[in-house]
Formats: sequence, structure tokens, C-alpha cells
Amino acid sequence: MKSFTYERANSPTEAAAAAARIKGAKFIAGGTNLLDLMKLQIETPMHLIDVNSLALDKIEATPEGGLRIGALVRNTDLAADERVRRDYGLLSRALLAGASGQLRNKATTAGNLLQRTRCPYFYDTNQPCNKRQPGSGCSAIGGFSRQHAVIGSSEACIATHPSDMAIAMRALDALVETVRPDGTTRNIPVAEFHSLPGDTPHIETTLTPGELITAVTLPKPIGGKHIYRKVRDRASYAFALVSVGAIVQPDGTGRVAVGGVAHKPWRSEAAESDLPKGAKAVTEQLLAGARPTSDNAFKVTLVERTLGAVLDEARS
Amino acid sequence: MKFETPATTNPIDQLKVVGKPTMRIDGSLKTTGTAPYAYERYDVASNQAYGYVVGAAIAKGRIKSINLAAAKAAPGVLAIVTAENAGKLGKGKFNTAKLLGGPEIQHYHQAVAVVVAETFEQARDAAQLVEIDYAREKGFFDLAGARELAKKPEKGKPDSAAGDFASGFSSAQVKLDETYTTPDHAHAMMEPHASIAVWDGDKLNLWTSNQMIDWGKGDLALTLGIDKENVRLISPFIGGGFGGKLFLRSDALLAALGARAAKRPVKVSLPRPLMFNNTTHRPATIQRIRIGANTDGKITAIAHESWSGDLPEGGPETAVNQTRLLYSGADRMTATRLAVLDLPEGNAMRAPGEAPGTMALEIAMDEMAEKLGLDPVEFRIRNDTQVDPEKPERPFSQRQLIECLRIGADRFGWRIRNSQPGKTRDGPWLVGMGVAAAFRDNLVMKSGARVRLDNRGVVTVETDMTDIGTGSYTIIAQTAAEMMGLPLHKVEVRLGDSAFPVSAGSGGQWGANSSTAGVYAACVKLREAVTQKLGFNSADAVFEDGEVRSGNRSASLAEAAGDGLVAEDLMEYGDLDKKYQQSTFGAHFVEVGVDASTAEIRVRRMLAVCAAGRILNPQTARSQVIGAMTMGVGAALMEELAVDKRLGFFVNHDLAGYEVPVHADIPHQEVVFLDETDPISSPMKAKGVGELGICGVGAAVANAIYNATGVRVRNYPITLDKLLERLPEASG
Repeated sequence: MKSFTYERANSPTEAAAAAARIKGAKFIAGGTNLLDLMKLQIETPMHLIDVNSLALDKIEATPEGGLRIGALVRNTDLAADERVRRDYGLLSRALLAGASGQLRNKATTAGNLLQRTRCPYFYDTNQPCNKRQPGSGCSAIGGFSRQHAVIGSSEACIATHPSDMAIAMRALDALVETVRPDGTTRNIPVAEFHSLPGDTPHIETTLTPGELITAVTLPKPIGGKHIYRKVRDRASYAFALVSVGAIVQPDGTGRVAVGGVAHKPWRSEAAESDLPKGAKAVTEQLLAGARPTSDNAFKVTLVERTLGAVLDEARS
Repeated sequence: MKFETPATTNPIDQLKVVGKPTMRIDGSLKTTGTAPYAYERYDVASNQAYGYVVGAAIAKGRIKSINLAAAKAAPGVLAIVTAENAGKLGKGKFNTAKLLGGPEIQHYHQAVAVVVAETFEQARDAAQLVEIDYAREKGFFDLAGARELAKKPEKGKPDSAAGDFASGFSSAQVKLDETYTTPDHAHAMMEPHASIAVWDGDKLNLWTSNQMIDWGKGDLALTLGIDKENVRLISPFIGGGFGGKLFLRSDALLAALGARAAKRPVKVSLPRPLMFNNTTHRPATIQRIRIGANTDGKITAIAHESWSGDLPEGGPETAVNQTRLLYSGADRMTATRLAVLDLPEGNAMRAPGEAPGTMALEIAMDEMAEKLGLDPVEFRIRNDTQVDPEKPERPFSQRQLIECLRIGADRFGWRIRNSQPGKTRDGPWLVGMGVAAAFRDNLVMKSGARVRLDNRGVVTVETDMTDIGTGSYTIIAQTAAEMMGLPLHKVEVRLGDSAFPVSAGSGGQWGANSSTAGVYAACVKLREAVTQKLGFNSADAVFEDGEVRSGNRSASLAEAAGDGLVAEDLMEYGDLDKKYQQSTFGAHFVEVGVDASTAEIRVRRMLAVCAAGRILNPQTARSQVIGAMTMGVGAALMEELAVDKRLGFFVNHDLAGYEVPVHADIPHQEVVFLDETDPISSPMKAKGVGELGICGVGAAVANAIYNATGVRVRNYPITLDKLLERLPEASG
């Protein structure tokens, strides 16, 4: 861990301004990911801006009938919220499929969206990694890549985004609310929030320098059956090989977002229109152009079969 | 005391304390966080500095240059030790690769420097500033690719044969010839390797976490080039080992070197991401098994060949061991071959040899039973042998494999298993049952102990035996209590200090029987000392209820002790293990569910029936077996050190990447111990169970998966991707 300076932010705008002003600054909230990465010197912030004391820990109804989830709402609290459980079951189930009770007690809504990949080569500072050290190369390509992306990857990076919560947020069409250093705010649809790796895998979101997430807003509930199915080698406390988050309406239409396959939550509105036709039709479109490695080619079949099981469950 | 003839009746047979389910006597220390583990020994020396290990960034090659300037200038840095400035170092008898590498690099994350600083954080930060310029060399990292280059190892007994396998196999009516693979496994114990070194002149005290105190002491002295007498190792509590702490490792050496350089006590712990490549692991195997049988279900020919790899001068994984002994068959052969691989050092992990060996053999038996149209329980029973099949003049000392299989089948409800695979459904789950035999040799090791009787009537046992979570403290206390006629609370046990008599240590499931036999020997001497002091006739003296009685005379042990009595002895063994084959046996029954859509595999029920001599403490023995069954599930379903065959290292080198079972993976586990005593093993009539429990589990899981799905997987771990394409069409 590198030495760093530390401050407690007093307001979201001040925090954003400080982050833009101070070289090598990063926000810290739950710290469940950042601190681990700092210990391994994968992240080497020179300054930490602690946002925990900002009053961003409420879940409030919006005038539009949705929910505004403060950036600092802990994963445990979000999953247990009565309104979330009633109207956004997908979100609650995705959260509870992730990490462990202890981690969910600390991890925040905004931090969860900003989790970094679990690619083992990203974690090993002896190995080249374009995400960790831009331009150094990708060790995962041609290496051990069972967990890696099958679609949307590039010659520079085949990492996946590890979040379960983000899959639910994507299916729910959540909006990420932010404040910028100049005090202006904006709403970024979660669909546009995470980036594909392209030539710049170290850039993982569309946030601008200093920009701070203040809340995540869910539109008004859309009903339907909410199912989150996470597939992994062990029964708990593991990242998804593949996960499927689905909201299925009584008429068979619905939404599907998939995790464990790409650098971002993977959803295709066009593919979804085939939901009434079944899993095969959806998967063919959703994963059209997939470029798996020999280690993870099974993920394509696994998405289809998992989605099939989810649709069976929705119909039952 | 020398054990040369089978045991007759002795005080242990009273079974007033021994054999009773007993809570571990050190349990409350552990549950209250007061058991002192090595890295937390703030009490043993003031002014402790922190060492942080730098691991090599390449798998094979040389260090061209090291630049320490930036690290030395970092805040708090006290010293940096590298091979260049460490002075001349030897290499331990039990080590293959050097514990401090450079300029030659033998494997990835081989330690190349230790940075010592005032605080842990400073040491860690400065370690990142050590600049090393490497010259990479080509290495061999792929076992399958190196298989053709594998050679017959020079040491041990790589090959065996009886009859004429080739002709026996060719004339067999039913044949199986299949190849199985097991991957590299990590011990992944809870407590990382950790040591605190304190020099006192030329004497070194090391608080550490080590299963084999005397081996560690000897190898530390050898590596440092100092007298063994000048080294003291202290390791009273160990947070798991599984073989990963059998040997001196880099934490101990680097703490000693760091402390010498910094002229301060220094503590070193291996960070988790370093452990997987810096320390030892269970090597991967490729195993070819051929079985020939006649239609009556009798095996006529059996062959087992195994290939594994290790660094130059390393050893093989002896995966063919159990096949020499487990089943009958006149024509037989085994062969072990070793390839040079430049991966980290392979070495012992829980049931070395038999754990991966039974993973393969016991699938082969399942496949053969199916070919013969026989129930796999019945097929194994039909091929039982009560003698060493390679040397029929050697009987087994005890062998209740048939009983284990029969009792297990009955308790598990085996008769409801559908022998047609893929036919049993429970909602989304394809359900199947599997069975495998468990087999592990019973090894006996010389073991010493000292016992003191004081004027409170308390007996204190001192031995360098270790408790790696197994329950050694408790069974040793039970043994001394039984021998001296005392309740358990009148016995104190002190372990894991090289100042105490040398014991068997913890490894190879020899610890329980061997270390308690050593305590037995010392207690026999103490009983003699007591009766002699009292002038009692030792032949008819009875030790009971804190008293010793002879004829109409009696005295309390407290009175007899006076100023204290001390006795020391060790148990040594003659050649009973040559005349008899001593092994432990069991049967594992497993039920799994395989999700018909996703191929996720979840274990639903497990049963182990074990025949392993006298069970000294059914409670701690059960813990050993359920822990081993859990580890077996890990080996079956998820554990694999993933090799990067280009770069030459284990990629998934942390506990996020190297998955072991969590609670949610493990269902109800039942363990049955058969009532057995083995007078050939020792006066304790006990044998090991800690490794027996893992042997065969993997195959029982694999066989259950086959029964559930009809898909036979011969390459561990059996992950869903190996089933997915071969499952029946899913709906949706």
C-alpha cells in the first residue's frame, strides 16, 4: 500500500471538486474492493476522499413512482428494503446472490457499480494488464480465461464486470445520478454507464474526472416475475460463471440482462423481443458475434440453458 | 520401548477415558481467540520488526540485477536480505527448491528478498520498490506435454508387478483401459505460514507454524549452517496444515535472516496470494488404469500407471499405492513416472498418493462394475483380499472393507439406487448415488514424550508433537489419564516445542497412533517410578481414581509424587509392518443432484464408514473425517490450481480464484466407525483416520454424477462445463 492523504467530504459537490482538483484522488465508501486493491498496489491512490458521512444513505420514493436509492445505501439494507423486495425483487435477489453477509453490510450501491474486474492477471502485478497498466498488454488472452468475457471484449482486454447488482440495475433501466465538480448534476442510464474495453480497458465507466455518484434511481415498477439465477461452481461466495436476471410478464414478454459474459451487464432490447419464442432465440441474438476463448466457450451454451430454466420458472 | 510383538491387554484397554467422545481440551482457547498463533506472539519478544517477502516475477531464469536503493530509502526500512547478501546458505533435507532464490530462479514467487521495516505497512510498501531485472529462460510447465519425457524415479518403489499383467489382461473376458487426470491442489489452510525469529547470540528461537518440529529444526539449522542444538522451534498452535507445513518454508528462513540482518526480532507471514506459488502443492497426475475381469466379476488383471511432474530432484505423486493392495487379481503391475516441470515444488498434501490415486481407481472400478453388469458395491466385495496381493504371504493386520461397504450400503439406502444412469429426477435435479472404497496406509513413526507427576497429583505431558487442529492435545491427555488412572482435568499437555522429546509429528495420518504410543511408553515408565518410590509391587499395582493400589496398600498419586517424578521414553517399532500390511479402510457413499439445465452439481448426502483401528476419541475423529470428506468434495467439484502454461505459474493464487467448499456446499455428513482394535499397530491399537477420510470421496462424487446424468467425466475437477454439452436437451 502506498502512503496516501485522507479527508472526509462535507458535501457531494465539495467531494467532487476535491477529486477533480487533487492529483491521484479517489472516493472511498465501503472500501470492500478498493482497500484490497490498495494493499496489492493495484490501486495506488495518493488521496482518499471519504464520502461515508455524506447523507446519501436513504431510499426514497420518487414522484414518478419509482425509488431513489442513495449512493451510500448498503447492499444489505437495499436487499432487505420492503419496497425493493415487493416491487424490484430482481434487485434484492441479485444483491443477495453476491459476496457474503459481512461484505454486503459494508458495500454500497455506488461502490457495487464501480467494482473492478476479478481477472486474476489484473490481480497479479507481475503480469502485464492493460487495465492496470495501459499499454502493457493482456495476459489473460491466451492464458487461463475460464471466468472471462465471451462478448464485447477486445484485443486489449477480455475481463468481465463482476457485479450481480448491476445486472439487476440494467434490467430495471436504472439511472445513475451524479454530481460534477462544478455542482451540476446529471442522470446516466445504467445502459450507458459501463464501457466496453476497446483500446482503453482502464476506462470502465462514462464518469468524468471528479464526478461522484449520489444516487441510483429506479423507474416505477413494471410488475412481472423477477428471477435472478446465478450459476457458479460452488453454492455461495463465488463470482458468476454466468448469471441471468429476468423480468417476465404474464404474456411471455419481458427483459433479460446477463452477467459473467462481458465487460458490462449484457442486455439487448432487440433480443428480448424474442422472449416469447424461448431461450434459444433470445440467446442467439443476445450473444451474436460472441468470441469466447477455448476455456469459456461453454458460457454461450450455459447462458441459453440458464435462460431456459429461468423462463421455465417464470411460467410455472 | 520397542513394539515388536502384537499388543496384549494393557491399561489403555480399560477405555475409561480413551475411546470416549471428548471435547477438545484446547477448544475454549480457540473459540475465545486466546490460543496463541505464531504471528500474534507479541508476548515473546519486544521490539518486533516486520519482514515482507518479495516473490520472483518469473517462473524460470536468472536475476540479472537487483536495485535495492529505492527500497532501502523507504520510510522505516531496517534491512533487506537477498541471496546476494544473506551469506552462504544450505538447503534443507526436505526442500527441493531453495527457500531464498537468486540469482537462479527455480519457480514463480520463489522468495528473492525479504524487506524488514518498523511496521508491516512500511515493509510491504518498500517490498514493492525492490527493482529486479530478470532474464527469463524456457521452462516446462505442461504435464501432458512433458509426459513422454517422464522417467522412472530413482528413489522409493516406483514399479511393482506380480504374475504377468500383459497376458492376463489380453485374455480377460471384460476389459477397461481408461486415463484419468487430477489437477494440482493447494492446501489452502486457514492460517498462512508465519514465523517470529529471535536471535540470542548464536542461538535462534523461532515461533512458527509447523507440523514437524524436529524436521523444521534440522532443516533450519542446515539451511543457516548452524548447529541444530542452537535452534529452538516453538509451534504450540497451528491453524491447519494438510501437509503444507510439514517442512521448513520461506517464512521461517526469512524471519531468521531478517532478524540477523536487522538485529531485531522479526516476524514474517506469507501473504495469501504468495502462498500458492511460493510453497508446496499436491502435484497433478495423469493416470492410466487397466482392469481385466472374467464375467463372474473376479478381477484377473489390474494395472495402474501414474505420471506427475516436479522440479529437478523432486519426487513423484505416488498415486498407484492403493492399487498394489486394494483388490485381488493374480496378474498385476503398477508404474510411477516423473517428469521435470518448472512449476512450484510438488509435495505432500493430505493422503499423498492415495487421495489422487483413489480418485482415479475408484472411478475405474465403477466403470468396470457397469461393464460387468454388477452392482459397484458387490463388485468391490467380490474382489476383496485379506492378503497383500503382490505378496500373498503378508496378511493385512485388519481389513474390514467388506463390512464398511455392506454397513454403508444398508445405512445409505443404496438398494433404492437406480443402476440405470440419468433416470432419477427430483424437480429440476437429476439425482444419483455413488460409492467408492477408501484406503490409506497406516504408518507408524518413532515418538517420544516426557511425563511429570507433581504434588498436586497432576500429570504434565511434554512432547514436540503438534496439534494442527486434529485434536492431539486431547487424545494425548486421554492417553495419560487412562494410563495414570486420572480424570482428564488432572492432565496438562504441552506440545510443539523442540525443547521437548522428539515425537512423530503430524503427517501421513500417523500422528494420533504414534504420538499417543510414545506417551504410553513414557507413562509405563512413570508408573514404574511411582510404584518403585512407594515400594509397591509394580506387577499388580492398579492406577485408579488418582490413587495407586497394590494388595492392601494404597497411596494418592499426589503423595507418591513428593517433589515430583519425571519419566521419559519413546516408542519405536520393529518389523511388524513388514510382516503385516497395515492399512485403514472405509466406504464413501454420496448422493448428488445435477441441475438438468445448468449442470450445477450439489452434494445432497454423504456417509463414510471407516475401519481404522481403535478410535481414540470419536468426537475429534469424526471432525477429522467430515473435514476430509469436505476436502474430497472440493477435489471432486472445484479445486484446481490453474496452470498458465506459457508463463509457468498457478494463476488463481488466492482464495477468490482457488475455490474450496463453503458451508452451502456441504450437506449433512454421517460418519460411522466400525468397532475395531488393531494390536499390530501399537499398544494403542489405533490407526489414522485423518487421511482415510479424503480417500475415495472424489470418486464417490464422480460416480454419483455419472449415475445422475449418464455422463462420465475422467478429468477432475468435475465442473459444469464438462457435463453441459452432454446433458439431455433442456427446455425453455
